[in-house]
Amino acid sequence: MTQNIPVVENILNANDRLAEENRSIIDAAGVFAINLMASPGAGKTSLIEQTLPRLKDRLRVATVDGDIATSIDSDRAAAAGAGAAVQINTGGDCHLDAVMLRDALEQLDLSQFDLLIVENVGNLVCPASFKLGTQKSVLVASVPEGDDKPYKYPGMYRDVDALVINKIDLLPYVPFKMDYFQQGVQVLNPDVTTFPLSCRTGEGMDAWIDWLIQNTAK
Amino acid sequence: MHELPVAQSILKIALQHAEKANAERIVDLNIVIGELSSIVDDSIQFYWDIIAKDTIAEGATLHFRRVPAELQCRTCLEKYHPTDKELVCPKCGGVGARIIAGEEFSLESIDVE
Repeated sequence: MTQNIPVVENILNANDRLAEENRSIIDAAGVFAINLMASPGAGKTSLIEQTLPRLKDRLRVATVDGDIATSIDSDRAAAAGAGAAVQINTGGDCHLDAVMLRDALEQLDLSQFDLLIVENVGNLVCPASFKLGTQKSVLVASVPEGDDKPYKYPGMYRDVDALVINKIDLLPYVPFKMDYFQQGVQVLNPDVTTFPLSCRTGEGMDAWIDWLIQNTAK
Repeated sequence: MHELPVAQSILKIALQHAEKANAERIVDLNIVIGELSSIVDDSIQFYWDIIAKDTIAEGATLHFRRVPAELQCRTCLEKYHPTDKELVCPKCGGVGARIIAGEEFSLESIDVE
């Protein structure tokens, strides 16, 4: 005889619990950590490269770079001045999860840092579902990707605390309607802080740097 | 590609609950997936057939109930279903909405013998 057993349990509970533990470790070390997410090519690593020299002598920064293979991203972060750059190769996985971040945290002496930048795998879908335990989530959008991304990837846009809109120097050359883009963002995430900027020209970088410094000071 | 850890997580939760109920076999699993959650159900079933082998959940059928996204406008309180091209409130054009449904991703119940 078949019997129905109610369960009603969130399937990603195990990851969420571990993310909470990561958060405790990061909080206890007095570090401000961000989960940097974006599609491939939006400019996550470029943003890190442009951010690190601007924080020199102000914040001690460590990076964790998630990628399917290669250490190109952590090499770039180290070259740009990261105090420590840990590479996580996910071996095919499309996102970082709380277990992977825990492994990376164990390779870092957090007491030596103020800011931890976790660069997720380039993907606008999967990273949204897996909490890591950072205090804030940041999404890097970019102008050439198109203005329809908030509409197509609502799960990613609705959950982030800050939104960087990179490559604004290309606005005159591509059919990107900022109003339409921002409207989609506003519906999903009215409280998000937005930073239009260009990693190439440096325009708009100051506000982003200020945001990092203010949050790290908290 | 994250459907494998997801399938493993579902299996673990189901086995825990089946064990508590002293069940001999898990026959069906009822899973709720919100439209806004990024899960592909076909792939979960594919992995399931591999990972559930030699457990009491071997051969079980996964049933997926998809929940459409529903938003509520913060301005006029209209409830509506967004489309992939339009997210603003269809009644007042307001932006800034609360998500009422569509983010679910849970194991609702299991049928056991």
